[in-house]
Amino acid sequence: MSHTMLIVFLKEVMDNFRDRRTLMSALLLGPLFGPILFAFIINLSLKQSLTDDNKVLELPVIGSDYAPNLLRFLESRNIKLADGPSDREAALRAVREGENSVVVVIPESISADLAAATPVRIEIISDRANNTARRESGRVMDALSAYNQQLATMRLVLRGVNPVVMRPFNIDSVDVSTPSGRSAMLLGMLSYFFIFALLTGGMNLAIDSTAGERERGSLEPLLCLPVMRDHLIIGKILAACLFMSLSLFLSLCSFFVALKFVPLQQLGMTPNFGADVVLIGFLLLLPFTLLGAALMTLVASFTKSYKEAQTWLSVVLLTPTLPIMVVSILMIRSSTALMFIPSLSQHLLLVSVIKNEPINMLHVGISSISTLLLGLVATLVCARLYRREGLLG
Amino acid sequence: MIVVEELYKSFGKVEAVRGVNFRAEDGRITGLLGPNGAGKSTTLRTLYTVLKPDQGRAFIDGIDVVAEPLAARGCIGALPHGAGLYPHLTARENIRYYARLYGLPGETIEARVQAVIDEIGIGDFADRRSKGFSQGQQTKVSLARALVHQPNNIILDEPSNGLDVMATRSLRDLIRKLKDSGKCILFSSHVMQEVAALCDEIVIIAAGRVALHDTPDNIRARTGCDDLEDAFVRAIEKVEPA
Repeated sequence: MSHTMLIVFLKEVMDNFRDRRTLMSALLLGPLFGPILFAFIINLSLKQSLTDDNKVLELPVIGSDYAPNLLRFLESRNIKLADGPSDREAALRAVREGENSVVVVIPESISADLAAATPVRIEIISDRANNTARRESGRVMDALSAYNQQLATMRLVLRGVNPVVMRPFNIDSVDVSTPSGRSAMLLGMLSYFFIFALLTGGMNLAIDSTAGERERGSLEPLLCLPVMRDHLIIGKILAACLFMSLSLFLSLCSFFVALKFVPLQQLGMTPNFGADVVLIGFLLLLPFTLLGAALMTLVASFTKSYKEAQTWLSVVLLTPTLPIMVVSILMIRSSTALMFIPSLSQHLLLVSVIKNEPINMLHVGISSISTLLLGLVATLVCARLYRREGLLG
Repeated sequence: MIVVEELYKSFGKVEAVRGVNFRAEDGRITGLLGPNGAGKSTTLRTLYTVLKPDQGRAFIDGIDVVAEPLAARGCIGALPHGAGLYPHLTARENIRYYARLYGLPGETIEARVQAVIDEIGIGDFADRRSKGFSQGQQTKVSLARALVHQPNNIILDEPSNGLDVMATRSLRDLIRKLKDSGKCILFSSHVMQEVAALCDEIVIIAAGRVALHDTPDNIRARTGCDDLEDAFVRAIEKVEPA
């Protein structure tokens, strides 16, 4: 690091620690917004799916008088008879309008049909576009199937047939995922939050080194100084890296805290996200700061104003998600080749840490070195661009 | 001393400067006068090496600006057009930042910064953040920042733009003081009165060429106009027939 770089670096750090805009985005918004939002959403959806089965389901049944045994069975499954529409037409309307989520229709002929062993048509009316209704109708369906099974078994027994003949297979599904592994799916989303926080942390600095300085009129006097332009821009990029790492570290910490308020254990997940993972995650993502800072500076240097730069940089904020999304959708497993791709390699490594898998040092090496090298290339391109005359606009 | 020889500079198809020659001596104030778009800023920008000339040469104290831009920049204090400060830094911090970048020895920096603050007379607001500075205050701090390394050559691009009467006056006094200390001062303006009030030499530029270069008195005599403004208009009309 040359003397000039150091001077520029120190000045940018001091300048930006005084800038409320930078502080807001680097130290508050990026680190806090993501994890808190995440914890909130997860908490909400967990609560919904967890409490459902234990909750009493209030179910309107048309023709309930005809099937007291069925109702008693449903009650044993925590499904209680409730008031509702009086006939099938009214039920259809009520479900369509959202007054009821599920209504069951039992025909008058049920006792006669059961006695004659002809199938009884039972309708479950629900709006499956609605998530809650879909879950509730699933519960009703399960309960009715169980009752169906029970009646069938009784009939076979009455006729002297072993009900086991009806079950040629006994199907068991064996899940090999570990509690940490199950968390990884959910927590895999996290790495994007961290990359996002990291990038937001350096955004203002990246814009400032070209578009910002130009808009303020401080760029031209700066270029009149007897110093190498390369050193100026590199000093600025390094300052952006510092703010990015700060933002990254804070977001890891805030997530560490936020996770304590998410009842993941109730879902059979124990995420490996302790203080050591905060540190490992920080070190894994650290090489990405140089690439991020240089890339954002590069994009900002083509823009005419602060506003324009902000617009373009919000696009840059999204680019690291692309490889992560592609790999998640195609369910591609982590491999050595993927470690050459920045942001994706960091994501995969972080996921494997959260899964509590042993760290593959070769992968860490490739990821860090290739990301750093790309960052270096981007920095050199920035320096190149900083040298051109058109920089002044 | 600043010497400009046959300078050419184009931006795409636009020929901004087409063979500018002049010399600005030490201890004199040389004014670059011309209408908007005449090539004044382009000429000055090549001198402080932000732009590279297509042809021609320029020397600052004998240093070639194209061959040795870093050394040339070290001999210049430049105040570009519309120069801005860092709003979150105080005036003193702005000046100190430049002092460091100029490479002044660490132990002399504080003394030099204080000296230039006293010289320019900005002690009243030296320790305030630059955010709310008036245009006049900004220009003064920018000038102080450009002078902190005690350059022999001072280049000012339209320094009085946006200044009120009082600020303009104090800026002129400052420029005269710098001249008296033997510096070479080159500044551009499109305001006739300003140049007339201040300059020892006037270089009138129009359409990228030097239309006239002389002392104010000689210009009046040569063009046959008592009023410098008429002389200015006549000189320009010779280059760009209306």
